[in-house]
Amino acid sequence: MDKPCRMGAALRFEPIARNPGRPLILDWFEDVQVNLSAAERRAASIPTRRSVKANYQAAWLVKALQCIDLTTLAGDDTPGRVHRLCAKAKRPLRDEIVKGLGLADMPTVGAVCVYPVLVAPAVKALQGSGIRVASVATGFPAGLTPLPQRLAEIRYAVEQGAQEIDIVIHRAKVLLQEWTALYDEVAAMREACGEAHMKAILATGDLKTLRNVYKASMVAMQAGADFIKTSTGKEDVNATLPVSLTMVRALRDYGELTGVHIGFKPAGGLKTAKDAMNWLILIKEELGRRWMEPDLFRIGASSMLGDIERQLEHHVTGRYAAASHQPLA
Amino acid sequence: MPSVTEILDTMDYGTATESNAHALAWLKQHEAGFGHFINGAFTKPSGESLEVTNPANGQRLARVSQGSVADVDTAVKAARKAYQAWSKLSGHNRARYLYAIARIIQKRERFLSVLETMDNGKPIRESRDIDIPLVARHFYHHAGWAELIADEFPGHQPVGVCGQIIPWNFPLLMLAWKIAPALAAGNTVVLKPAEFTPLTALAFAAICREAGLPPGVVNIVTGDGTTGAALVAHQQIDKIAFTGSTEVGRLIRKATAGSGKKLSLELGGKSPFIVHEDADLDAAVEGVVDSIWFNQGQVCCAGSRILVQESVAPHFIAKLRRRMQSLRVGDPMDKSIDMGAIVDPIQLQRITEIVEKGKSEGGTLLQAPCELPVAGNWFAPAIFTDVEPSSTVMEVEIFGPVAAVMTFRTPEEAVQVANHTRYGLAATVWSENINLALDTASRVKAGVVWINSTNIFDAAAGFGGYKESGFGREGGREGMYEYLVPTWEAALKPAPRAKAAPLCALPPESVDASPIDRTAKLYIGGKQARPDSGYSYSVYGANNKAIGQAGLGNRKDIRNAVEAAIKASGWSSLTAHNRAQVLYYIAENLSARADEFTVRLCQMGANAKKAKAEVQASLARIFWYAALADKYDGRVHNTKSRHVTFAINEPWGVMGVVAPDDMPLLSFVSLVMPAVAMGNRVVAVPSPRAPLAATDLYQVFDTSDLPGGVLNIVTGERDELAMTLAEHDEVAALWYFGPGVKEVEAASSGNLKATWASSMPRDWVSRAQGQGDEYLRRAVQVKNIWVPYGE
Repeated sequence: MDKPCRMGAALRFEPIARNPGRPLILDWFEDVQVNLSAAERRAASIPTRRSVKANYQAAWLVKALQCIDLTTLAGDDTPGRVHRLCAKAKRPLRDEIVKGLGLADMPTVGAVCVYPVLVAPAVKALQGSGIRVASVATGFPAGLTPLPQRLAEIRYAVEQGAQEIDIVIHRAKVLLQEWTALYDEVAAMREACGEAHMKAILATGDLKTLRNVYKASMVAMQAGADFIKTSTGKEDVNATLPVSLTMVRALRDYGELTGVHIGFKPAGGLKTAKDAMNWLILIKEELGRRWMEPDLFRIGASSMLGDIERQLEHHVTGRYAAASHQPLA
Repeated sequence: MPSVTEILDTMDYGTATESNAHALAWLKQHEAGFGHFINGAFTKPSGESLEVTNPANGQRLARVSQGSVADVDTAVKAARKAYQAWSKLSGHNRARYLYAIARIIQKRERFLSVLETMDNGKPIRESRDIDIPLVARHFYHHAGWAELIADEFPGHQPVGVCGQIIPWNFPLLMLAWKIAPALAAGNTVVLKPAEFTPLTALAFAAICREAGLPPGVVNIVTGDGTTGAALVAHQQIDKIAFTGSTEVGRLIRKATAGSGKKLSLELGGKSPFIVHEDADLDAAVEGVVDSIWFNQGQVCCAGSRILVQESVAPHFIAKLRRRMQSLRVGDPMDKSIDMGAIVDPIQLQRITEIVEKGKSEGGTLLQAPCELPVAGNWFAPAIFTDVEPSSTVMEVEIFGPVAAVMTFRTPEEAVQVANHTRYGLAATVWSENINLALDTASRVKAGVVWINSTNIFDAAAGFGGYKESGFGREGGREGMYEYLVPTWEAALKPAPRAKAAPLCALPPESVDASPIDRTAKLYIGGKQARPDSGYSYSVYGANNKAIGQAGLGNRKDIRNAVEAAIKASGWSSLTAHNRAQVLYYIAENLSARADEFTVRLCQMGANAKKAKAEVQASLARIFWYAALADKYDGRVHNTKSRHVTFAINEPWGVMGVVAPDDMPLLSFVSLVMPAVAMGNRVVAVPSPRAPLAATDLYQVFDTSDLPGGVLNIVTGERDELAMTLAEHDEVAALWYFGPGVKEVEAASSGNLKATWASSMPRDWVSRAQGQGDEYLRRAVQVKNIWVPYGE
């Protein structure tokens, strides 16, 4: 039985039951229609139909911070680098800003996201903090290593202590519309994850069309993904609002068909506090309040945190903040 | 304000109110009241004034003057005086002014947006992101037309002084749609803004002054309907442009009948919003938001009839209901609001009354569960389900945020239901199948069709309606013609109105003997038909001897002819090449009988040389329209990126053509051939004095493969038959050349058919006057189809 999980959500909410997955049903997505121009128009109205100011803006930015998967996925990552990142994850804001915001406790980010070989140092650094460690796996970012190795990589990361696994899907299976093959791979990955939550990275920049994005989302969810995630951060085009709109509509449809709540994680290219606000508005508009919590919404980012810090400092002091005043990650 | 911790729990939007400090300061400056803007200066506020209130809170914003007949007269005189110099200015010089206006509007964008929202109640998001940017775009675009006027519209001149009356739903945008093309073409204007929303027009007046626009070129007179009526009635006005209700449009049509005023009307609508089963349903749901809940539904082209394919209706409605949960209604200055306030308590009352009627007729009203403010005029976004085509809410324009939802089974039925309305302004079509989408777009009777999008506007595309949604277009090249007149047409002089004796069905006293009696009947549905009256009348030749008989047609014959024309709908969908072939064939057969027609024209009074020339000119004319049948193309407008916006010339459908007495063969041919070439089916009334040239054509038509019902001819008393045509609701357009212009134009107000009526003789032989673009332009209506693309 899949256990419910809170993943840092506000206590007022019931924990979310995990997605048990289900047999592949092509009818749910094969004839899907997604109109690009219409999706773009709706996406363009997200930042213009809603505006969040003053205390509301501050609270929303704190919420965004709590939803960040603070990420380092570079070839030159070292245990030391990961240690620094974890320190930042535990204390993302300076004390006087937390006090100025009137928060009882120091907020923390949703998770720290690293490569599999850096899971162990991250787990160690975050011990006792309640912050989860996420690991990319399955031949990130291209996902073109043989399946046994990809599955083994998941098991390795879980053994190392990762509680969340960000898998990448095999893009060729989408481009060739080989849904059964894609389903089987993702279902095997979900099985390999075990207790760890699985985020399925669709690499939407490689899938190109919104129809493909919708179909890949549906297959990943049917195969048991707990979250669907836009990008690795390594594709030419990362998370965009139209792509995100298509994915949240897909997970909403999946929820209506199954009663299961799926999480959403935009990643790559989200750098500013304004980006965070836009995605939160999108989530609230299309999915509702419940999704504005870290158990159903994550933002994969690294530099965004610094901008949120500066905006929050401005909110507290009324003065524009310098980047150098915020501690480095 | 709640604390950050509290908000972290609720994650509410809060409020984000746009400051209105600058607008308030401006209103304070004018606390004493606004005068009119006449001859480049503001008049003193008049004694009689109107109060302008903020619909979102009922607070008074300003006092404006109630324009009197004298005020209108002063303004028209100023415009008339200014016209002398303005119309003679080079296009380039006019372009400079329009460019300056566009630039100043851009500099005042936020001020104008805030003022518009205070005055009208629309969300600041809409005035800021839609209305005002489109205003600036309109002036830029028309600065371009001003620059190009001599190159792009040779042989045309401005109409003169234009009276323009605009509605309250898009106050400054409608002003731009009216003033920009008028000025670009060289006209001067007197504009009356709506009594509820005059403020941005007054702000615009100040912008005109700032731009250095010569005094009198733009005059703004504020006031209520009586001020508008004074403008419509003014003798010195050459054109009336009106946007508003069909009811008032009809009054204006009657009031201007016979006055010689050019007229364009953009009226009401009950536009279909068609959702096919293969549509992106989420996109279509968002389309509903942008369609019927845009500007509180107070939009003439709002998709107020939602037609959903039955197979996806439950799914679509469920999605729509879910979407309604997150709609936010309230203070329009709040940047997080989807819908603002209804413009006036009167409008709110009207909406409420129709909605109550809809409920009492069995409709189910579903309203968004949003909180509404206490003060001000509010109506929560709503849809009606359980409605039928006969339901009031499916038929009547509500002009509020309420759409009626109905299902259809097949694409065929969608088009049938969509077209089953007296209106024809806009239509929206959702389908991911290009075949289905374009097929529906081509069959729906509307001036604007949006495929997989809705309420998209651009200055380069024409906007305007079919049927009782009015006539004339605004925007783009199509719109410019509404403010221009062909130079030759402007130079025509009225003929003295001759008193004609009634046609006589008694036996003639003197007969020009002919070998075998030939009695012309009527020509209906491709067959010769006896007149319903059972009477024929004598046609007299030059020597006052009867040269033959023609049927004395009556209203029933017109009815039958219109029925035949309706049935001949295949002609409109034939290829233009096929239509051209038929026209060429008519010319060929007429040519074979040229001598016979020459003799006939001589009998009816022409001399031999002139008769021969008339026949040859008629042949040339038929050739000319045959040649143009497949060349009078539409256009693809440059609007937005990744959009094809194509304007197609569609036939009216059934047209009435009432021909003059001059050159009875040539004038008849000159009028019916362009109409037929463009795909119309025509009911024609030839010259009553000299009908035989037309009736002799029956045999030409019969031998030329002209399908029955495409061209029907009813002889008899011209003005009696013309009135029946003018009053016939199935006739979409009427050309009338005779003395009874006033009566015909007034009678055409019933279904607001487009008319081209003139009592002024023209030189039918001249290629400049007897043929040309003007004939083709008036034989079609333009449909703009918007097709966004991308995968």
